[in-house]
Amino acid sequence: MAVKDPLPSYLFKKISKKFVILKIYLFTLQFKVLFNMENSKQHLEALSGIKDLMEKSTKFISLSGLSGVIAGITALIGAFIANLRIDYYLNTTFTKTRLEMYFSENLMEELTLELFIIATSVLVISVTFGILLTIRESKKNGQHIWGKNSKLLLLNLIVPLVAGGIFCLILIYHGLYVLVAPATLLFYGLALFNCGKYTLGEIKYLGILEIILGLVSAIFIGKGLLFWSIGFGVLHIVYGTLMHFKYNNKPQNAN
Amino acid sequence: MIEGLNKIFESRVRLGIMSVLMVNDEIDFNSLKELLNVTDGNLASHIAGLEKNEYIKVIKEFVGKKPKTSFAATPSGKKAFQDHLTALENLLNQHN
Repeated sequence: MAVKDPLPSYLFKKISKKFVILKIYLFTLQFKVLFNMENSKQHLEALSGIKDLMEKSTKFISLSGLSGVIAGITALIGAFIANLRIDYYLNTTFTKTRLEMYFSENLMEELTLELFIIATSVLVISVTFGILLTIRESKKNGQHIWGKNSKLLLLNLIVPLVAGGIFCLILIYHGLYVLVAPATLLFYGLALFNCGKYTLGEIKYLGILEIILGLVSAIFIGKGLLFWSIGFGVLHIVYGTLMHFKYNNKPQNAN
Repeated sequence: MIEGLNKIFESRVRLGIMSVLMVNDEIDFNSLKELLNVTDGNLASHIAGLEKNEYIKVIKEFVGKKPKTSFAATPSGKKAFQDHLTALENLLNQHN
């Protein structure tokens, strides 16, 4: 006696066909998901590559965060020494006799000269370190230190700075010493803000903070050195540290 | 299946050339080579491909006695690249 087929062959065919279709469907679905994930990762990489290239080809991105920190520390040391000298001169002026008063004009000139030397040293030290560190950074990024982008950056930095520098000399000429600190902060802030298009955009925020500080210090006249230490010292250190950790810890793509 | 994506921009080098030319009016051969980190021959062949499709135009000029070759994106090249970017973004939005 023939064993009865548990499933009629036509039914079996139908089920197996359905099963195969389901399997194929699942397989394609799985493949699609995998493929799409792979694809979107690829697309994401393509997009970030495009963004990087656009930045690198139009902006000078090799300003070193560390140079900001060094500039800030130098500025703080300079301000500290300047403060000591001012105190020293003020003390001698208050305890002087009539005869010595005769020489006070001379003393004031000496103080001005000394402060000028301190300020120049701070500037030279921070600019030197800035240039050295920027050269190192641009080698790492494979960017020309003296290319189209760095020239644009420098030009946009220098125009407001030179205008500010001359303005400060005019202020000194008129004896308006109290306005020198606000003016330096203000013009420096404007210069930085102007540079936002040609280097890492975050420098704009530093510029705005310097501008605000400059305006506030113009209200609280006579506290120039304090505001100057905050603007050129503290802000530089904070900004430099933030930039250093944001960009230096990130491994640069070789591609 | 992948709609709107331009086959021509599938290569990393060609994508790079167009990215640079979107934000720079023109760029010379050597700067482009350094930016993309590719060899002369590699860059030249990709440039030829883009030029054939009229996505970029080649500007030859003399600086003193030295010939200098620069490139610029054509309006149709810019549009094609923009469309490619839009397609890329759409695809990403779709999946996420």
